Amino acid sequence: MYKIGIIGDKQSVQGFKAVGLDVFDCNKADEAKRTLHNIADDNYAIIYVTESLYDQIKESIYEYNEERLPAIIPIPGMQGSLGLGLRNIKMAVEKAVGADILFSND
Amino acid sequence: MARLNVNPTRMVLTSLKNRLRVAVKGHKMLKDKRDELMKRFLELARENKALREQVEAHIGDVYSNFVIASAVMSSEVLEEALMYPKQGVTIEVGRKNVMSVDVPVFDFKTTTDDTANIYPYGFANTSAELDNAIENLSNIFPELLKLAAVEKEVQLLAAEIEKTRRRVNALEYIMIPQLEETIKYIQMKLDENERGNQTRLMKVKDMMVQEAIEEKQQFTKEAINEYVNK
Repeated sequence: MYKIGIIGDKQSVQGFKAVGLDVFDCNKADEAKRTLHNIADDNYAIIYVTESLYDQIKESIYEYNEERLPAIIPIPGMQGSLGLGLRNIKMAVEKAVGADILFSND
Repeated sequence: MARLNVNPTRMVLTSLKNRLRVAVKGHKMLKDKRDELMKRFLELARENKALREQVEAHIGDVYSNFVIASAVMSSEVLEEALMYPKQGVTIEVGRKNVMSVDVPVFDFKTTTDDTANIYPYGFANTSAELDNAIENLSNIFPELLKLAAVEKEVQLLAAEIEKTRRRVNALEYIMIPQLEETIKYIQMKLDENERGNQTRLMKVKDMMVQEAIEEKQQFTKEAINEYVNK
């Protein structure tokens, strides 16, 4: 039995409590990093992170990239989308194919 | 291309030939694996892109609902309203095997089934905007979950493709040429030895024949002398 967590600034993430996610509100990068490591070892299968924080703690997140669990997924925060999620997909394509063949034509 | 540092013997040659055969076979299979992975990966990446765009658009709506809600209500009341969630979510994680990549499959369960009954607060002190926000959020929740699954799969596949591609390249551009070069070298060396041996034999034979002829001539000469002296 696994849980879902969400890390982000309070404004953005407080609503997710209502749908049953475990909310961890963090404002600073090192705080977020610590929280991430703590809950990644716990029973969390999916951890959503708001994009602004995701950008600050990228290195810690990439450690889990090739693990089966947890899936750490960026979602836009209150400030709106920063395009980070799409950039991630682009990066994955570049990593796999060697060149960006999916996004260059549009 | 550098050749391997081995002794040029027949035994090494045989084992190298075996290794080459395995390498070529492995190379072909890994190449097939890479192509198939690539095919699935590209489909998945397209799906991921579409899904993400969709989710980001919807989540923007949810946030604007929340902004309005927090404008209408004081932050304390809002916090209090959301303090004890009624709805709980747990996930079952299954496994899916995509070309020997172990991919998680998420299946979620909510503790309250009734979607109209997820609001963790009384309606007296809260505004209708908050209800909207939460309803929207719970509507896009399955999408969010699907996004997580697809995105994780894309990441895992990308890593696997990279690994496979490296192996294919290492086999194609290092291992196989190196083995071929070494086999060729050993074969030439063995041929050279063979030729050397042949020449030596011919030389020895020549010498032996020469000796025999001389012996015969000697014998004949003696015989003639004997005849003449008689």
